[in-house]
Amino acid sequence: MRRLGKKQHTNWFLTIVLILGCLTVLFPLYMTVIIAFKNPSEMTNDVAGALSLPSSWSFDNFAEAMRVTNFWSALANSLVITGVTIVLSILIHSIAGYVIGRNMRRKKGYRFLYFYIVSGMFVPFAILMMPLVKETAVIGLANPVGVILLYLVFYMPINVMLYSGYLKNIPLAMEEAAEIDGASSWKTYWKVIFPMMKPMHATVAVLTALGTWNDVMTPLVIMSGSENTTLPLAQLNFQTQFGTNYNLAFASYLLALIPILIFYVICQKQIIGGVANGAVKG
Amino acid sequence: MKPKRSLLNKNRTHLMMIIPIVILFFVFNTLPLIIGAFYSLTNYRGYGSFDFVGGRNYLDLLTDTRVWNSYLFTFKYAIVGTILVNVISLLLALALNSRIKFKSTLRGIYFIPNILGGLIVGYIFSFIFTYIIPAVGQTFNIPWIQDSILADENLAWIGVLIVGVWQAVAMNTIIYISGLQTIPADVYEASKIDGAGTWCTFRKITLPMLMPFISINLVLSTKNMLMVFDQIMSLTKGGPAQSTESISYLIYRNGMDGGQFGFQSANAVVFFILIVTISVIQMRMTNKKEEQL
Repeated sequence: MRRLGKKQHTNWFLTIVLILGCLTVLFPLYMTVIIAFKNPSEMTNDVAGALSLPSSWSFDNFAEAMRVTNFWSALANSLVITGVTIVLSILIHSIAGYVIGRNMRRKKGYRFLYFYIVSGMFVPFAILMMPLVKETAVIGLANPVGVILLYLVFYMPINVMLYSGYLKNIPLAMEEAAEIDGASSWKTYWKVIFPMMKPMHATVAVLTALGTWNDVMTPLVIMSGSENTTLPLAQLNFQTQFGTNYNLAFASYLLALIPILIFYVICQKQIIGGVANGAVKG
Repeated sequence: MKPKRSLLNKNRTHLMMIIPIVILFFVFNTLPLIIGAFYSLTNYRGYGSFDFVGGRNYLDLLTDTRVWNSYLFTFKYAIVGTILVNVISLLLALALNSRIKFKSTLRGIYFIPNILGGLIVGYIFSFIFTYIIPAVGQTFNIPWIQDSILADENLAWIGVLIVGVWQAVAMNTIIYISGLQTIPADVYEASKIDGAGTWCTFRKITLPMLMPFISINLVLSTKNMLMVFDQIMSLTKGGPAQSTESISYLIYRNGMDGGQFGFQSANAVVFFILIVTISVIQMRMTNKKEEQL
């Protein structure tokens, strides 16, 4: 286009349509914020009242919501479960992806292993749920540790696929050179291969983080007997205690959404990149 | 002899690295699958003793109206949802990839629904459906939105659908955008020089070149929508009158608390086989389309 000497002009019509379309995304968030700040007495049935800003920006609902839902404990659980899952996923799934990816071209056994693990992607949680509850209860894992182990298994198929796919970009010569220098293959992996898979670590971290942070079903069925909750699970468990006090409930929802929204604002590029990368490579 | 020994060592190290991981995978994926399949042949209630009943659970599934209804709801939801999600996100991706202002901000905003948890999003929409929309209906005297759609047996599934689509569009749009970016600009230039119109360019160039991404998105969104659970939990709890009971929700509800461990295990086995079959068929079909081009 440049060759023709014409300047690329902005499509203002589409820009405006897209800006208006953002309302579909932002309206529910706007409602959450204003309801979370309002008093129950401010909740009226007419449209203007429902959409208006709160008369004062008081944080009382939030303080109460934190107390009712045991917010800090739920937040700590969510952070620990997601954090540990991410770290272990990167460590363990990258090893699996590496070993399988490097050997599957030459060895039937590894090729079988690859399909065995990757086909786990199609196993719905619904079929594993009931036996897993029994299993984790028997071996004393009906707690956050059990949830982390399960996540490591659930995300293994996609992550192994991503890592072993990415491995094609890393020439075999790299590790052969290290091995000739006398390094063991264990050492070679950590010194040479692991650092080179860095872009994939970011993708795996993002995909695993989004999945585990928002997951309800696994903690719901595995930790239901214990005192522990996660942020989303706390919303479900305390639903009855919110009763018809929607302001309290929405303050709690907003509190539960804020950590991931902050994370998104800070690493928006990495998150969008990671999700796109993961889906396209996978 | 040294290289041979080091090769042996390497093989052994690799085995030592992979064996614990495979055991972990087996214990928490394959083993429960086998246990589930085993219980599906029993009348186990989740506690106490049980007997083998052979294939009776599977036969009973066929005549259980509640199970049939959950399959009808889930498939209706997944089919309509997948079509809507893919049409909307393709259009959105085309728009977000064109010459617009504030491109990255707009992309950032449209992606937000994907990072929010389905359960909480469900609670927020539940309030909007129950209070805000009827309030709008009353104020402006629009009769068909004066009652909450979640309370209507025939319409509640549309409420669940709106929330499901709202969330799923975000993810699929990003995938379509990265697909659009793989199409080189000179292909478009060439078609312009040949005098192709917008629609013709879209059909003859954009769509075929996007085929791999359409395939990913179809498989992804069908699978996710078939497994719908969180939104049901927060929007309707399967109601009203079990009209929005998804397969996952029914298995959870009746298998965990309802004393139907064995029966719902059979349901889960059927559900698993269906998901695998559908995914394989979808991938085969879209792969063929890709080859033809």
